[in-house]
Amino acid sequence: MEDLSLHILDIVENSVSAGAKNVEIVVSENRPRDLLRIEISDDGKGMNPAAVAHATDPFYTTRTTRKVGLGLALLEEAAKMANGSMDIHSVPGIGTKVIAIFQHSNIDRKPLGDMAATIVMLVAGSPDVEFTYRYEHDGYTFTFQTKEIRAQLRGLEMNSPDTLSFIREYITEHTVSLS
Amino acid sequence: MAKLKIEDLDRIAEEARSKMTIREGAGKARITVHMGTCGIAAGARAIMSAFLDEIKAHNIKDVIITTSGCAGLCSREPMATVEFGNQAPVKYVDLTDEKARKIFKEHVLGGKFVMEYALSVGSERIR
Repeated sequence: MEDLSLHILDIVENSVSAGAKNVEIVVSENRPRDLLRIEISDDGKGMNPAAVAHATDPFYTTRTTRKVGLGLALLEEAAKMANGSMDIHSVPGIGTKVIAIFQHSNIDRKPLGDMAATIVMLVAGSPDVEFTYRYEHDGYTFTFQTKEIRAQLRGLEMNSPDTLSFIREYITEHTVSLS
Repeated sequence: MAKLKIEDLDRIAEEARSKMTIREGAGKARITVHMGTCGIAAGARAIMSAFLDEIKAHNIKDVIITTSGCAGLCSREPMATVEFGNQAPVKYVDLTDEKARKIFKEHVLGGKFVMEYALSVGSERIR
């Protein structure tokens, strides 16, 4: 994976496969504390402790669930490379939360990348899931919610090209000048 | 220029609706971009962006773009499947930005599939 937004896309795909109806993605860049933090929470079916323990083992997969593959292992590797770490909290029937932290200034910390493209791809693939994307940057906060978009659609489909273009431009305009 | 606001979507939705009625009855096409871990790592998101760009550039309203998981052919990612009207779906492999744009123009808009990028043509053989 070239950048963190691709890791996020991949992890959120896990959430969607786990039946999540709501997914929240929080990216916070805190340069004074030299931290970049990614938090992804979903209300999918969750994992039991044994599955969590194996979640970052690339050679462990349960074909029946499809919940775990290489994705978490790759994110953990990316975090460790940048002097950080990854944690998974999961409760069966409640959902899963993945937190990855990175040393912001670390030379091996991958760039955040194109989060607008990631969100657009998620909405295109799962138009019925509610996504929230919060971006915090040294005190600035931008929040994007598909719920808000849905309320304004007036008959337009969530995954129509017009809606997707709008989402792309909207997120880009509100975040791109910051990093 | 002022930044986009959520309310701007009202206007966009209105415009889209007026165009949709004009084109009603035209054949719909569906593009599916494969997006497992393998697809994402190989560049599926850029393929998706290329298709969205083309849809916007041609001001198309009746093409559906969606995503799916790993299709089991990880080494041939990025992949996309195009379904045009009632024709059989065609799977395209080893995609790049340029290939995606060509497929869009010839298959999605023109209904003529791009043989050189398709996974296979004809049936398998046993030696």
